[in-house]
Amino acid sequence: MIKTRILAALGAVSMLAMSGAAQAHHPWILPSSTMADGQDAWVTIDVGVSEALFAPERPAPLTNVKVWAPDGSEVAVEGGVTSKQRSSFDLHLTQQGTYKITNTGGGVMGGYKQNGEMKRLPRDITPDKIASSIPADATDVRINEMSSRVESFVTLGAPSEGAAFKPTGKGLELEPVGHMSDFVTDEPAKFRFLADGKPAANIAVTLIPGGTRYRDARGEISLTTDANGVVEIKWPEAGMYWLGASAKGAPTVQGATERRMSYAATIEVLTP
Amino acid sequence: MRLSYSLALTGIAVAAPATVTTAATIDLTVTIPKLTVAEYHKPYVAIFVEQPGGTVAPKTLAVWYDLGKRNNAGTKWVNEMRTWWRKGGRTMKLPADGISGATHAPGPAKVTLNTGDLPVGKYDLVVEASREGGGREVVRLPINLAGGTAKASGTNELGAVTAVVKK
Repeated sequence: MIKTRILAALGAVSMLAMSGAAQAHHPWILPSSTMADGQDAWVTIDVGVSEALFAPERPAPLTNVKVWAPDGSEVAVEGGVTSKQRSSFDLHLTQQGTYKITNTGGGVMGGYKQNGEMKRLPRDITPDKIASSIPADATDVRINEMSSRVESFVTLGAPSEGAAFKPTGKGLELEPVGHMSDFVTDEPAKFRFLADGKPAANIAVTLIPGGTRYRDARGEISLTTDANGVVEIKWPEAGMYWLGASAKGAPTVQGATERRMSYAATIEVLTP
Repeated sequence: MRLSYSLALTGIAVAAPATVTTAATIDLTVTIPKLTVAEYHKPYVAIFVEQPGGTVAPKTLAVWYDLGKRNNAGTKWVNEMRTWWRKGGRTMKLPADGISGATHAPGPAKVTLNTGDLPVGKYDLVVEASREGGGREVVRLPINLAGGTAKASGTNELGAVTAVVKK
């Protein structure tokens, strides 16, 4: 348990993503419940980054958190708070079907060597400033273009796969194969990963059951997508799961030398 | 299956015969166990038939819940019968005629249910109980719509369950 320096949550995630090692800190969106019923219902959504799943450790800002109703319309995130260890907001479910909650981020980071010394580009650099920030005598220039997407899903009544699940075609995304909630232990689930809208074949997918604090083993399950970008998951037990994946791609930003896309989702699995 | 049998005998090639259906009545006894707990509430119970691995949509035969609450408020907790809820309960409007019923006190609860028309085949009769402040349990009885008796027993929230099927 190495205590990393406290960084802005997203920055921390990106830094770790860049290291290429297994992410030690997991970004998550955690609903108090993924299944609700009735004419309308409330759920509480927590947003954070932590090593122990799903224990609040550091908040993620709500700035980029968006909610999509089953009909594809955007629902305003209201009355959110960012406290010391997590961000939180209440979501009023008024439409029957599955809601999608997303937190997306991205940017560029990197560095170069000058006179044998490693220099880092400013952390909040925008792509248009890259070229002018690199001195003429720089060597070993590495500019990493990154995008991250964190999601979770909440259903009122029966699950739906409507407009809320239309892929954006940018970065690493998950496309439902069947449905995106209503998982039970005796039914294997299938997910399709898309990189820039195309099936992400042969990428590593990690599944971690929540409650890591209460067991010695991480209990990670490692999977690989097939040629169609699909993974099939057999749930070992009921609970809240963290699903994560990352992929490399061709840079889309002028001057970037590499590109990394990451995806994470929180998925609840119930007993049948 | 007299119909398909006669077709087979005549040897005529038939393109996709219409689904043969049948209906049965089920004399069902569900034993609600007597429990020594600090706060006892009679369990909510859902009873439905489903075709294991089949294509026939599960069919709800009975739901026992608190009918006495004002504004149909008893339906608020029917989703605690999670299995039934997923299998079709969440798309139902309650109260439903011939399906909604009151909760039963501990002891054997006897009801007669009619399956209505169902495609001929093997089915499970599923009884699910969920108790406020308690647990949940599902008991499955493989049944034959053509007739017969099936028995099973729960361990916590349900006792013996017996189904006598008559065509």
